[in-house]
Amino acid sequence: MDILKNHNQSTNKQGAGSPTANPPALFVRDLTVAYNRKPVLWDIDLDVPSAVVAGIVGPNGAGKSTLIKAILDLVPHTSGNVEIFGRPYKEQRLIVGYVPQRESVDWTYPITALELVAMGLYRKIGWFKPVTARYRERAREAMDQVGMADFADRQISRLSGGQQQRIFLARALVQDASMYFMDEPFAGVDASTEEAIMAILQELREQGKTVFVVHHDLETVRRYFDHLIMLNMRVVAAGACSEVFTEENLRRTYGGRLTLLDRAVDAIGGIKP
Amino acid sequence: MNDRLLRVLMLADYNTRVVVFGVVMLGIAGGVIGVFLLLRRRALLADAVGHAALPGVAGAFIVLTALGADARSLPLLLTGALISGLAGMGCVLLINRLTKLSEEAALGIMLSVFFGFGIALLGIIQQMRGASAAGLGSFIYGRTASMIRADALLIGFAALGIVVLATLLFKELRLYTFDEDFAAGDGWPVHGLDVLLMSLVVGVTVLGLQAVGIVLVIAVLIIPPAAARFWTDSLAKMVLISAVIGALGGYIGAAISAMAPRLPAGAVIVCVTGSMFLFSLFFGKTHGVVPLAVDALKLRRQTRLHHILRCLYECGEAIYDHSKPISIRTLRDSREWGDQELERAIHTAEKAGHLRETRERAYLLTEKGRVEAHRITRNHRLWEIYLLEHADVAASHVDQGADFIEHVLGTELVAELERSLSIEELTPGSVHHLPAEQGVET
Repeated sequence: MDILKNHNQSTNKQGAGSPTANPPALFVRDLTVAYNRKPVLWDIDLDVPSAVVAGIVGPNGAGKSTLIKAILDLVPHTSGNVEIFGRPYKEQRLIVGYVPQRESVDWTYPITALELVAMGLYRKIGWFKPVTARYRERAREAMDQVGMADFADRQISRLSGGQQQRIFLARALVQDASMYFMDEPFAGVDASTEEAIMAILQELREQGKTVFVVHHDLETVRRYFDHLIMLNMRVVAAGACSEVFTEENLRRTYGGRLTLLDRAVDAIGGIKP
Repeated sequence: MNDRLLRVLMLADYNTRVVVFGVVMLGIAGGVIGVFLLLRRRALLADAVGHAALPGVAGAFIVLTALGADARSLPLLLTGALISGLAGMGCVLLINRLTKLSEEAALGIMLSVFFGFGIALLGIIQQMRGASAAGLGSFIYGRTASMIRADALLIGFAALGIVVLATLLFKELRLYTFDEDFAAGDGWPVHGLDVLLMSLVVGVTVLGLQAVGIVLVIAVLIIPPAAARFWTDSLAKMVLISAVIGALGGYIGAAISAMAPRLPAGAVIVCVTGSMFLFSLFFGKTHGVVPLAVDALKLRRQTRLHHILRCLYECGEAIYDHSKPISIRTLRDSREWGDQELERAIHTAEKAGHLRETRERAYLLTEKGRVEAHRITRNHRLWEIYLLEHADVAASHVDQGADFIEHVLGTELVAELERSLSIEELTPGSVHHLPAEQGVET
């Protein structure tokens, strides 16, 4: 946790040195992404304050993962401008962490859980240098933080889905970033893992970090997120979760997908006083 | 014959020494680079690159002949191969990036077009006046025996360079071959690493042209890492084992070929490496077919043993007496199992010294068996209670990869369970009552 605290201070410094007095943590203008001339994201504008856990929700194919990847420059965008704490993303790469979808990697790869977590430290270690004991110790601490200390030497294919997701999170934690993008960290995990991950995300927020989470379960939206981005190729609504998570916005986001809509309405009805 | 074998294996002959040095270095480089190629799931790219090298060799020959230079110079011919190999690989990567064609289609197109073009160039060379194309065609199947000292040194040092580079970039290559998206998000130049790895592949392929030839060079890059995967779950060890297999294959292959000069070394090397692959597939320690089958058998045997011991223990419990033999009929009725399964279980337990037949078809736990049965029963019940009471958190505490559920509970967890379940309160007669702790337990 010390790592995180130290980093927090450096974030504050960066905030103070930026051109505008108090820029949003994430600022996106006119972001458009197209695959083979078919638009996937249209004119995305976002202003997200710092120190929030922000959910990204929307139906399948709404472009949630693509939004994250476009912000991180992992897919080419046709147009658009992305700023992190008031500076272009390219300059801020080092303070942004990323948790890809669990399915995006080959879990039979010959590597142990600890070695995977240590990957988050490679940037600090630098080119050509090996992973020394000091870094392995740091990776171990992060594994402890996500409750996976006992599994350090386990080959990754011999972990359950929830355990794999936890070590993905641990790898992001050692990246020691100020802003995190997590692509479906709750996909295929058990309830206790979901709670554990959520607790860590809230801890990150307490430390002043900004966390973006692609999320599917509408029933937990209100409980999990401060900020919400409702996406369906364009931003349907974005803002404080309590303000934008309404039946009207859900209808506009999920359109005619009735089953989902019913569940969404249930979710709202169930929480409203 | 034996004397000759010894001379070959001890590298007594100068020529053998040269050839062996060349192919061993090639085997090491192929083994090391091949691991990353295999993990990147681009194994077949090596095949395309190998075939794409032919027009380069032929083109270099034509240019050198036209210039009046020595058209047999290996370094110059390989430079040609390197250029066309890189071009072929570049085409595949470009097609991938720019079009919707699948990678295999791109590979197939490049492989056949470049190779066809190379064959056409060879035809042209044969009609050229003053040019002797003799030996050029042997690049297709390799011509190890013609390797001279300078060739071996070239191959050796280039291979060494490739290995050193791959070792320096071990961490970077691991990151990029495992999780490209994360690597890119983390600021690593993944396209650069992609091009670098593929260039190293082209390098090994080109170095292998003389020794094993265009058609077989893919074997140098794929077979050693594939074989190594059966022995370990660690990338570093996999690289090491793969390099050793590549080197051994080169050494043994070249030695056999030196003893029987009619046998082309390239083909022999591939056969030898192939045998090592076959051996690894069956007997590889971590993923080999045989060790896995043995593990499965052991697990079945252990499960059977646990069932019979618990069954005997519970039968003894039911009559409040563990010193009376239990008849086979009682055993059969107290559990749903077939006759054959029961007989096997009894046999297994008897052989392990856990029970003995005291009367006709009636069994009693031995002292050792009773201790073991007590432990198994106790753990089993703890586990059941745990699932009943704590199903919500069980998943995160349970070692899911464990071989058997009763072995999952560590001493610490058992103690914690006893506290949290407050087992004293459970009625002694209940299905889930626990046998009392015995001093003998660990």
